[in-house]
Amino acid sequence: MSDNASTSQATSPFVPSSTSVGAVMRKVIYALIPGVVLYMILFGWGIVINIILASVSALLFEAIMLMVRGRPLRMFLFDGSAVVTAILLTLALPPMLSWWIPVLGSFFAIVVAKHLYGGLGYNPFNPAMMAYAILLVSFPLQLSLWAGPLDLIAQPLTFVETLNYSLFHQLPGAMAFDSLTAATPLDYLRTQVGLGQTVEAITRAPIFGLLGGQGMEWVNSAFLLGGLWLLYMRIISWHIPVAVLASIGSISGLAYFLDPAVFANPSVHLWGGASILCAFFIATDPITASTTPLGRIIYGLGIGGLTFAIRTWGGYPDGVAFAVLLMGLVVPLLDHYTVPKVFGARTDRGNQ
Amino acid sequence: MNKLWRFNGGVKLSGFKSLSNAAGVKRPPLPKRLYLPLQQHIGAPAEALVEVGDKVYKGQLIAASSSFISAPVHASSSGTVVELKKHIIAHPSGIAEDCIVIETDGKDEWHSSISALSNPDALDLDELRSRISEAGVVGLGGAVFPSGAKLKPTRSIDTLVINGAECEPYITCDDRLMRTRPREIIRGLLLLRRLVNPTECIIAVEDNKPEAVQHLRRAIDELKSEGIGSVSTVRVVAVPTLFPAGGEKQLIKVLTGKAVPQRGLPYEVGVVCLNVGTTAAVYDAIYEGKPLISRLVTITGPNVKHAANYEVPIGTPVQHMLDIAGADDTGGGEQNRLIMGGPMMGHVLPNAQVPVVKATNCILVEPKADVVPTTAMPCIRCGSCADVCPMHLLPQQLYWHARGKAFDKLDHHNLADCIECGCCAVACPSKIPLVHYFRFAKTEKKEFDAKAIFADQSRVRMQIREARIAQRERELEERKAKRKADRLKKKKAKAAAAAASANASVDDQDQASNGVSV
Repeated sequence: MSDNASTSQATSPFVPSSTSVGAVMRKVIYALIPGVVLYMILFGWGIVINIILASVSALLFEAIMLMVRGRPLRMFLFDGSAVVTAILLTLALPPMLSWWIPVLGSFFAIVVAKHLYGGLGYNPFNPAMMAYAILLVSFPLQLSLWAGPLDLIAQPLTFVETLNYSLFHQLPGAMAFDSLTAATPLDYLRTQVGLGQTVEAITRAPIFGLLGGQGMEWVNSAFLLGGLWLLYMRIISWHIPVAVLASIGSISGLAYFLDPAVFANPSVHLWGGASILCAFFIATDPITASTTPLGRIIYGLGIGGLTFAIRTWGGYPDGVAFAVLLMGLVVPLLDHYTVPKVFGARTDRGNQ
Repeated sequence: MNKLWRFNGGVKLSGFKSLSNAAGVKRPPLPKRLYLPLQQHIGAPAEALVEVGDKVYKGQLIAASSSFISAPVHASSSGTVVELKKHIIAHPSGIAEDCIVIETDGKDEWHSSISALSNPDALDLDELRSRISEAGVVGLGGAVFPSGAKLKPTRSIDTLVINGAECEPYITCDDRLMRTRPREIIRGLLLLRRLVNPTECIIAVEDNKPEAVQHLRRAIDELKSEGIGSVSTVRVVAVPTLFPAGGEKQLIKVLTGKAVPQRGLPYEVGVVCLNVGTTAAVYDAIYEGKPLISRLVTITGPNVKHAANYEVPIGTPVQHMLDIAGADDTGGGEQNRLIMGGPMMGHVLPNAQVPVVKATNCILVEPKADVVPTTAMPCIRCGSCADVCPMHLLPQQLYWHARGKAFDKLDHHNLADCIECGCCAVACPSKIPLVHYFRFAKTEKKEFDAKAIFADQSRVRMQIREARIAQRERELEERKAKRKADRLKKKKAKAAAAAASANASVDDQDQASNGVSV
């Protein structure tokens, strides 16, 4: 009884399922579009080029791996899962990159994290986050140079100039790459705290914008909208997003309340980094998340807590990827210990 | 008192009810032969009382109930018993069961013992109960549990629920019954009320059947105005249309907020629940004196010309009904898939020769061309199945453990509590036939448990045998030792006697001592 076997089964129910993996994945992609468009408007063409590079290469790697593994190509190639992975990976990367970084990321995500573990449905770790983590430890320099918000940049690049940079590593004229980049809010916070500045003073810098990240706050708000739509469409359940955001918000809120000179306010934590994207799109990856209601809440709380801890005391400005990967380790345990009570469960099991 | 509760999950389904619920109840012509299986109910099969060649009349008892949980079978028309043999019945496995085959004479003559009771309300409770059992009334909602056994609750009952929810798509036999015979249903209910003595009675109907609700309420008002006071305890409640609202445990939850205990029965929370069809059959049994020999069957499907509800004599071959309903099925099921019951929980009939039985509420004729073979994708653990599971199970986990035959894990995830409603499979984006896996796992588990019990018994038997052998050996050993000791004693005595009687030589004594050391 292997899966993906054709079933002309003769037992009930005879009502066909009205949904499909492809439909689910497509809705996730639709929900990401507003955020991606805002990202492009506010941070330049880089994100679009990276998404195209990552998606095309992800589909190519997917096709090669399906052929190598002897799996039906048509059924899996267009299930949308590779594209979702590619987009999430790209959103984790800085927008100004050489072409080979998103392509290499797709390779790690699709070939290593997904297919070497058994393909769709079998991967124990979130492929996008796994690929991001590998890239981050392998190419720390490239992955820490973030394009600044366009309104803080003197001379933004056109599409062709961005493409030229991606493919040939060339910038127009005498432009220095540094003039395009800016530290991310969380990165800036980390370095300035290291220099002995107070958080209150640091977060007054223009890079923090209104809510916690110039430009990024609007991108994140768009992801929030997309995520709420996914909730409304019942593609995701409320447990993980609520738990992640509640955990980050309350822990950072408590820390801020105790010592605002050392800890950033919750708004920076929620809107300045990848918290919202993580809560609605990354942590909710069904394959690697817990599947019981209580398990999902614990999983989300854990991701929030670890994210805050890594941001505050760890070695990287944002901690979402490692938090998701670490919590992924405990999912089998969570699933085992949080089986919900069956309808009509007898309180005293010995009585049965 | 009109508060309703919710059960977990459930799915909204297209009803397709208008295909068959527009027309009134039709009476088909008699088939040439009736095939009456001895086992149409849960429990022990009935025992045949007739032989080949016997003349039987409509309503005559032809097979008797064989134990407390059993039900008798009656002739559904007059004619001659022509065969007592195994015939393929409406079971997914296509097994053959003992059937009484009657060749009908077309006269449809009632047996002389069948007559309306002059004063049914004067019957005492035991008499009432035994008449219901003797009429062969079983649960007509599909479970076919002998009703008589349900009507002797061992604790006080708060609510009598009459289930007219009919939540499966396509099926409309209860809908039609409630519209055609509301008075009989309510009078049947009042009989049941006498038996179980509840504080309130509820007839529950899904809110997609407003006509049925209306007819029942009107009948209650009529009976009230006719001076039947007890009818004022009866309420007709429209429940939200959400599959499986008609499942016994789910309906009880919706109406009372109570959860029937895991692997328990409704009476444990003070509820008795019967189907509307069963209630009408109780009315027929008591007021008319008629046993259960026919039932309403929905014959429906996208290509069925006269899709409607038919009053079908039990034992009528399905093919006969397909011909009458114009199911466009000359090939005897070749071009159609025949489903008995609804599309969510029904099963495919092995062929069209099987007879309609007491459990047959619907024959769904589905063109095979419409059946799209689906290919399952791997589970992506999205949990949609768990969201819709009315039993609070985790189908996604059960699926893994079923595939791995991890029986301890299946226990941990309460496989036995799955009611096989099919919600999980309908909600699955990967189109995994989850219920199929669960049925498979349940059978495997049963076999595994049976083997474990057998192995346990074998082990105990082995231990007993080993103990017995050890005991016998010990006894043998003891006897041997005793014999040896006896021999020695004798020898010693002999030697002593010899020594005493004669002047024994030293050689002799040496020999004796040698014997000891041997």
